[in-house]
Amino acid sequence: MSDLHTELKKSIIEQLNLEDMEVSEIENDEHLFGDGLGLDSIDALELIVLLEKDYGIKLTDPNQGKEIFNSINTMADFIEKNRVR
Amino acid sequence: MSIELSIINSVTIRDSKVYKNGQLIFKSEPDLVISKFLKGIYRDQNLKYPKFFKMDSLSKFGYLGVEILTNANIQDKETALIFANSASSLETDEAYARTMAEFPSPSLFVYTLPNIMLGEISIRHQLRSENIFLVSEAFDPALFIDYSRGLFQQEKADKVLCGWVNLHNNEYDVFLWEIARSGGIDFNEEELKKLYLPTHE
Repeated sequence: MSDLHTELKKSIIEQLNLEDMEVSEIENDEHLFGDGLGLDSIDALELIVLLEKDYGIKLTDPNQGKEIFNSINTMADFIEKNRVR
Repeated sequence: MSIELSIINSVTIRDSKVYKNGQLIFKSEPDLVISKFLKGIYRDQNLKYPKFFKMDSLSKFGYLGVEILTNANIQDKETALIFANSASSLETDEAYARTMAEFPSPSLFVYTLPNIMLGEISIRHQLRSENIFLVSEAFDPALFIDYSRGLFQQEKADKVLCGWVNLHNNEYDVFLWEIARSGGIDFNEEELKKLYLPTHE
């Protein structure tokens, strides 16, 4: 697991107040929404803020979100390709 | 026509302590930060509701108060909610305002109304009932009595949960009670003040 994957899991747990969850409990390919982690629409907005705040990535097309926020793997891939910090 | 109503349960959360029907059921060390105090109650009550951690502190107080008041079980889904406070959602409004300088927080924004607490309680217990959140300068028994009587008289509810849930500047004052047509102490201004005041002064 890359540092970015671990960093993302830590940020998600902290930002989304998943207090009962440990980094080791989130699988890299687990769905973040729906029957995976069970995140909701407000969490999606928080993830958009997280991308901008931590990696300088501003999502211009909201429809991209569905693909990017599918799992930790898809988020990490997108960040690696688009990060400005 | 005036009808007789009864207070069948009450909960007070004040000064790092939780009382149910006058009995101390939880106590934390004094001066604990509010988030830790709230989490302490949650753990002590052995509650399992991950959404709790996403709520703002005001909603956490309301949620915890209702779980304790009802033993985490509201069977009558028409149970009405009448809540009030004096500070509205100011604590969260201020926290949200602070985030606006950089990245406004969506998860704080959704709690910038006090009646969101009633939504949280209704979602938790799948209530499809009447509810209202009032803002008044101080705890006013007459306000609750008038609204409750109205709901019973119009047969809109057979049970009502009332709550004074106030939080501002890290000071909290939480008092909840359950009203039914019979089975407890009389629901009137005098009894309500007696229940509210003992640990308040």
